[in-house]
Amino acid sequence: MTSQVSDAPAAGAGAAARAADLWKVYGSGEAQVIALRGVNVELERGRFTAIMGPSGSGKSTLMHCLAGLDTATRGQISVGDTALTGLDDGGLTRLRREKVGFIFQQFNLLPTLTAEENILLPLAIAGRKPDPEWYRTVITTVGLADRLTHRPSQLSGGQQQRVACARALVSRPEVIFADEPTGNLDSRSGAEILNFLRRSVTEHGQTIVMVTHDANAASHADRVIFLADGQIVDELTAPTADAVLDRIKRLDAAPVAGAAE
Amino acid sequence: MLRATVKSLLARKLRLVLSGLAVLLGVMFVSGSFVLTDALGRSFDNMFSSAMAETDVLVAADPAIDVSELEGEAVPGLLRSADRDTVAAVPGVAGVVGEVQADGARVIGADGKVVTSFGPPRFGANWTGETGGLELREGRGPSADDEIAINVTLAELSKLKVGDRVGVLTTKPKQMFTLVGVFGYEGGLPGRGPVHEVRFTEPVAQELMLGTPGAYTSLSVTAAPGTDPAALRDAIRGALGDGYQVQTGAEAAAAIADGFKEALSFFNNILLGFAGVALFVGTFLILNTFSIIVAQRTKELALSRALGASRRQVIGSVMVEALVIGLVAAVLGLAAGVGVGALLAEVAASFSSLVLAGIGLPLAAVISAFVVGIGVTMIAALLPAVRASRVPPVAALQEVATPDRPLTKLTVSGTVLGALGTGAIAYGLATDGDAVLWLLLGGVLAAFVGVALLSPALARPAVSVLGRLFSWSVPGKLGRLNSGRNPRRTAITAAALMVGVALITGVNTIITSADRSLRGDATDAFQADLIISGQGSPGMLPTFDEALLPKMRELAGVRSVAAEYNEQAVIDGEPRMATAVTDLPTVVQDFSLVAAAGVLSQPAPGEVVVGESYAADSGLAVGDTVTARLPRGEPTTFRIIGMYQATPFYGGFIFGPDIVPGMRTPAPSFAYVRLADGADAAAARKGLEALLVDSPEMLVEDTGQFLDRELGESAQLLLMIQVLLGLAILIAVLGVINTLALSVLERTRELGLLRAIGLSRAATMRMVTVEAVVITVFGALLGVAVGIGLGAAVVQGLADEGLKELAIPWSQVGVYLVLGALVGVLAAVLPATRAARINVLSAIAHD
Repeated sequence: MTSQVSDAPAAGAGAAARAADLWKVYGSGEAQVIALRGVNVELERGRFTAIMGPSGSGKSTLMHCLAGLDTATRGQISVGDTALTGLDDGGLTRLRREKVGFIFQQFNLLPTLTAEENILLPLAIAGRKPDPEWYRTVITTVGLADRLTHRPSQLSGGQQQRVACARALVSRPEVIFADEPTGNLDSRSGAEILNFLRRSVTEHGQTIVMVTHDANAASHADRVIFLADGQIVDELTAPTADAVLDRIKRLDAAPVAGAAE
Repeated sequence: MLRATVKSLLARKLRLVLSGLAVLLGVMFVSGSFVLTDALGRSFDNMFSSAMAETDVLVAADPAIDVSELEGEAVPGLLRSADRDTVAAVPGVAGVVGEVQADGARVIGADGKVVTSFGPPRFGANWTGETGGLELREGRGPSADDEIAINVTLAELSKLKVGDRVGVLTTKPKQMFTLVGVFGYEGGLPGRGPVHEVRFTEPVAQELMLGTPGAYTSLSVTAAPGTDPAALRDAIRGALGDGYQVQTGAEAAAAIADGFKEALSFFNNILLGFAGVALFVGTFLILNTFSIIVAQRTKELALSRALGASRRQVIGSVMVEALVIGLVAAVLGLAAGVGVGALLAEVAASFSSLVLAGIGLPLAAVISAFVVGIGVTMIAALLPAVRASRVPPVAALQEVATPDRPLTKLTVSGTVLGALGTGAIAYGLATDGDAVLWLLLGGVLAAFVGVALLSPALARPAVSVLGRLFSWSVPGKLGRLNSGRNPRRTAITAAALMVGVALITGVNTIITSADRSLRGDATDAFQADLIISGQGSPGMLPTFDEALLPKMRELAGVRSVAAEYNEQAVIDGEPRMATAVTDLPTVVQDFSLVAAAGVLSQPAPGEVVVGESYAADSGLAVGDTVTARLPRGEPTTFRIIGMYQATPFYGGFIFGPDIVPGMRTPAPSFAYVRLADGADAAAARKGLEALLVDSPEMLVEDTGQFLDRELGESAQLLLMIQVLLGLAILIAVLGVINTLALSVLERTRELGLLRAIGLSRAATMRMVTVEAVVITVFGALLGVAVGIGLGAAVVQGLADEGLKELAIPWSQVGVYLVLGALVGVLAAVLPATRAARINVLSAIAHD
């Protein structure tokens, strides 16, 4: 797990997040489901990583554990220099507030708040003020300057997702986790979002981890990790859409042992 | 469709419980009151039929003054020894026992104070031996004129022992007796009901209780063997002629029991009143719950419409849900009602020495439980059901929730209803007659519904203003925004709270205004330095020996003493209070009375003065005559010599002392004392108190003390009403919990998102709490505003009755608002905990 990508511009020292021997087991006895089986992964700073895999491969579980939304059954997780193991709800909340940004597939925004208020919400919760220059940069990047006073219901799906991107970016988190961010969008809006994510990595050195099952989306990443049955089975650096699709076909063809989620 | 309904019902147990609880409480009060009155009623039946077991026929005279419970106290007529002889001579009569019994025998206990019964009568009666279930427990019956026996209830309260010398106050000043016996009744009872009883020898009872030697209040007749009581009754009736009430023992027992039941029905009406308030508030709660359910199920309903369900079927499915909730609430409410009724009956029985006849389940309780429980629930659910049927099938396919519907229609109908309600109240206050109560009730109800309909329009501005208070923190701001999100839901939840707060505030405003007006008038009008009075009900006021009056006037520092006598009377055929004074000019000065016509000089025998407004109503003028009859007197004609402007203290007929001999207790109940300039008030007071040593009920007070004591009773009344109306607030709190719980459920994903981006558990709880507090404070504000409005309307309407001043109890209003906020915090505990415990993952996970 130490593959280096030569064209990554601002790859900082060390990992933005890492998991070592990560196990996640749901239930017990007959109903036991093993979602993750000893995953070891290191997500480099300043990189755009995509996690792929078929339904039930454990890709969402891996992301949830790394983001402090779920707790591991066994193994070590750290985000930046914070070890997640043993953190209680308050610690995890603080971690999410200070070191992590989120973009979900849907239900990203609070309907009662304007676009601007939604963007600034994590900072407001943390009681921090935005860096005005950075805030302007983010707003300009996502192209929302004239939509800031609108409420989510007055925005299109693509615009809503751009607001979510801006919200994730504005607090400059250690790492942004995006869970199928383009899953609900038409292809044009989806491409826009992926371009924003790409640019924030390339231009601003933001670390992003994205879960997706869309090969085209994954091709925007620096690195793609493939999961099957709760294990990392393959990975690809500087992927193209075709290369990703090819890899998926090979994985599907390969015999699969054991049950997953 | 039915199966789908039942499934959705079971899937939402919390909702079922919360909305059902409100109905349950209402049903509980309704059925509980029926169970209580039924149990107590049958117990009274048993008690009096056992008291009448040895009486075949009971003879009484027509009442001397016959008034209903509301107008005052009826005064029984008297039977003479001649009547007794007549009855004894009727063939078939085996024996006649003359009975003397009258309220007003006050025993001075071992501590030197008069023993009070707090309401029930303190009977003085003649000793007729161990008959009618009476059993001696200690000593013997009185045989000498200075001997008495008392019942166990009184013996225990007074701590008197057989052999003690006992002072007893009756229609005559205090007299001393030797206690020779203590008695109870069969079945180990300390008395028949909670009454106190003193038994004298017959002549003493006749003299002290009736003021008439040889008189009886009833004759208990035993029939010769083989004589039918009904036939004997008819024979006695024939022998006596008109002016008598002759009943068989069974009839008499039933009649007495009916009298008690009538008194009970008052209690019953109070319980039913609170049940009404509970159900009214509950209706809001159910309406709200079903509205939320329908909103949440929009997609589901649209889907069923798309799949071919008719509107009727959609309405049906919501109504079936209501029916089930109503049915469950009715059954549980009935069960709880039986419990509450039984408990209250036990308490009442133990307080009133009653043998409980056993708890039954009267049909009325069952019917009312189901009618009320199911009816209220289904009526409340009707509106949401109709709304559900209007969900278009296409809504199943659309992503966006239904947009806010405009509030115009609601606001217009709310204004109209509110105006109608206010009009009805105003009209009701301005008119007289039987319709007044219904007009007022209907008006208040319409006003409440009107304000409730208006409240969604008020909610937005009110919530945004209120919410500013909390906007300094992120959770606070989010909470405020959430409470403003659905103005209808916020409004109706707040409206439920409004009802209770409005009632409490309204009652408080009226009582405070009455208190202030009376106090203001009194302070202006009262010129007397000291007032001698005792606590008691009209017609049964404590009195003191009139022989003390000259001695009082001779005390150092006393300038004048005017005495006042009060008694029930019949004047020109109407039951009235008759007042007699010894010195009208002094009373005129003491109370700042103003002459309206004629003169206000001391009425000579056969003369009277009267309040102007009363005279106007009866079409009387100076120089006219009226006929007055007092309980122990003959009808007498009086000429009106003067009229005065009515005050809250005097408004009716004021006679001279010539009517005093016709009173049951020919003794003064008030005296107004004025002191000489520079007199030592404390010394004068001591002197007066020393003279009144044999009348322990009488107090010597200055104007302030007198008013504090008299008005203190209204404070107690207020407290009681507040406690009882607290129930309405409790139900409203259930409503807040319900609304919040459903909102939290609705916003699971949002909460998940907030938690994901770093909102802590504590902050999540704060957010929900702010939402709750904004709702409840809004409700409390509405309630306070409506309550003050209603109170002001009533005060305005009663201006003629002496409510001159509108006094708003601001400090208590402040307390209600603070309580409103506290109630919000309390209501938020469960939903907030639930919100904080939401699993972040499942909340944000996409299907």
